[in-house]
Amino acid sequence: MSAVIDVRHLTKAFDGRKVVDDFSIRVEGGRIHGFLGPNGSGKTTTIRMLCGLLTPDAGEGTCLDFDIRTQTAEIKKHVGYMTQKFSLYEDLSISENLDFIARIYAVPRRKEVVAKTLERLGLATRSRQLAGSLSGGWKQRLALAACLLHEPKLLLLDEPTAGVDPKARRDFWENIHQLAAEGMTVLVSTHYMDEAEQCHELVYMAYGRKVVEGTAGEVVDRSGLDIWEVTGPDLPKLSRELRQLSEVEMVVPFGLTLHVSGRNHGALEKALAPFGQRSGLTVHRIKPGLEDVFISLMDKSVDNFG
Amino acid sequence: MSHRFSLARVRAVLIKEFIQVRRDRLTFAMMIGVPLLQLLLFGYAINSDPKQLPTAVVCADPGPFARSIVSALETSAYFAVTHKPASEAEGDQLLALGEVQFLVVIPAGFDRSLQRGERPNILVAADATDPSATGNALSVISTLGRQSINRELSGPLASLKTNEDPFEVRVQRRYNPEGLTSYNIVPGLMGVILTMTMIMMTALSVTREREKGTMENLLATPARPLEVMVGKIIPYVVIGYVQVGVILIAAKVLFEVPMLGSLALLAGAAGLFIVACLAVGFTFSTLAKSQLQAMQMTMFFFLPNILLSGFMFPFRGMPEWAQYVGSVFPLTHFLRIVRGILLKDNTMYEVLPHVWPILAFVLVVSGLALKRYKMTLD
Ligand SMILES: Nc1ncnc2c1ncn2[C@@H]1O[C@H](COP(=O)(O)OP(=O)(O)O)[C@@H](O)[C@H]1O
Ligand SMILES: [Mg+2]
Repeated sequence: MSAVIDVRHLTKAFDGRKVVDDFSIRVEGGRIHGFLGPNGSGKTTTIRMLCGLLTPDAGEGTCLDFDIRTQTAEIKKHVGYMTQKFSLYEDLSISENLDFIARIYAVPRRKEVVAKTLERLGLATRSRQLAGSLSGGWKQRLALAACLLHEPKLLLLDEPTAGVDPKARRDFWENIHQLAAEGMTVLVSTHYMDEAEQCHELVYMAYGRKVVEGTAGEVVDRSGLDIWEVTGPDLPKLSRELRQLSEVEMVVPFGLTLHVSGRNHGALEKALAPFGQRSGLTVHRIKPGLEDVFISLMDKSVDNFG
Repeated sequence: MSHRFSLARVRAVLIKEFIQVRRDRLTFAMMIGVPLLQLLLFGYAINSDPKQLPTAVVCADPGPFARSIVSALETSAYFAVTHKPASEAEGDQLLALGEVQFLVVIPAGFDRSLQRGERPNILVAADATDPSATGNALSVISTLGRQSINRELSGPLASLKTNEDPFEVRVQRRYNPEGLTSYNIVPGLMGVILTMTMIMMTALSVTREREKGTMENLLATPARPLEVMVGKIIPYVVIGYVQVGVILIAAKVLFEVPMLGSLALLAGAAGLFIVACLAVGFTFSTLAKSQLQAMQMTMFFFLPNILLSGFMFPFRGMPEWAQYVGSVFPLTHFLRIVRGILLKDNTMYEVLPHVWPILAFVLVVSGLALKRYKMTLD
């Protein structure tokens, strides 16, 4: 079987500005694909093109083997799309919302399915509560429940955990892993690094273009980043000093430390050596994390496209 | 802690407001457009002393006196003789259809009776469903006749010239003999209330989905535009009928408005009119970006509707261009249908000419709505 999502050269412009530019992606069945990139990089727009909400200006491809241009009606039947902004009815209760969605999808044995979904996501006890009065975590659970009613084969989740507390995020991801284990394919956009690390595969987008893709490990390895951790007193002053050095590409504060990176490993090591001699300062090399990589990618894409 | 009134803060708010008003194009257009529209309509279109009202004259006497009365009517400011039916029955039909405001009948043998000093009768039947349209015209008609006759009465007939009228004008205020304005206003309100609520409710119901973001979810489901449109419209059709019922009961119980015609026919016409309003509302909802804009569009549409439809001011009193504009609105035709059915006992035959324009309006507008309503967010 071909990939669940297989689109090439997607392009979309709003008011003459290319928001998605020549974007291609393949997502295999049963995998969790993380979709990363700064705000406004075109993630939502891409997801909308995948589920038939927007027509691409150029490019083609398939989603669940249906053409994203001509067979949007079929795609809509088999995709569960969770919008970035809560988009169920705030003046309906949890169960009324689910009943509505189930009716729209003509779900067979509706009552049974709704009851089962309420149970599965732990919504049963609150089923009569109005959606508008739910907190972020519960809204997100409800939205996920609404996506699952018609037993989709593909989930498109657009920043599902934005503004949700850590416990609720963990529960949510447990659900996602469970679903993937049962064969569900998931494309999920996020800004959280811990979530990105849980994905089987990542794609990073900036200014409408794909910048890098692969597993978390591959992304880190390919970045070729050399990261040094610097700690000491008066970090802001230290940071200004470090930025002056031509060998230093980036200085990013990480809590009580600074992450200093450069591409020329030998030169950076030499340039940082005098700092290690200063009293109260410690300088040592660390293995770059995803966050280092993405911050550096964001920084560079501004140079390239900004 | 200084909490004195600060002009600097006032200035901050003032500047912000100006920027916002300038950005909000539609509000800006409303603030300039509404007064302009009102100025134009009240200044040029609306006339509470309507002149040149369409009149049918049946002149069964070929004599000079009869002819001079007809020509007096033709030259007067209040009347425009548009029809010369062969019989009184034909003239009655024209009144029922609303083609003419007045029917003047000069009986056979009028001249002879007049010369004999028998004070013959002239019948002036007025369509009094809108009393304000006929009042002034009726008050001038007898003077008009007397003056023209007195001019003719010269030579041997001068003896007939008196201060008393040489003939008698019998005025019939048809359909509303007591000239009660409530007979006109209350049935008219049905159309006005439906226009206001139906358009606003549908316009808001779709824009609300867009504003709250629920539209995106709805579009991502297999629901088709027509399914959404029909599903959204049906509840409002029901509400519209409830409104019609309430207004009819109030008209009967509180205002004692006569209900001569078929209520089934009225229900059918109301259904069509409700659909027309809903189609307008749906079209607005595809254009408006927010609920506020939807409200503004509704108001912008509503204003010329009540002013030019014949609801507030006599339709016949408006200049021709305003009548053309008014004829586009379904409200104009629905008002005639409601008043026709309730007050004139109009039947299908008299109602049909007003149904076609509404139907055409519905087709054009809902075509537009379906074309504008997109399955995507493009
Ligand atoms: N309907 C639209 N009309 C005009 N511009 C849009 C529209 N939707 C998105 N954009 C613009 O496209 C860019 C990408 O947006 P989006 O896809 O939402 O990015 P992301 O989801 O990665 O934050 C943004 O600059 C946004 O302002
Ligand atoms: Mg987004």
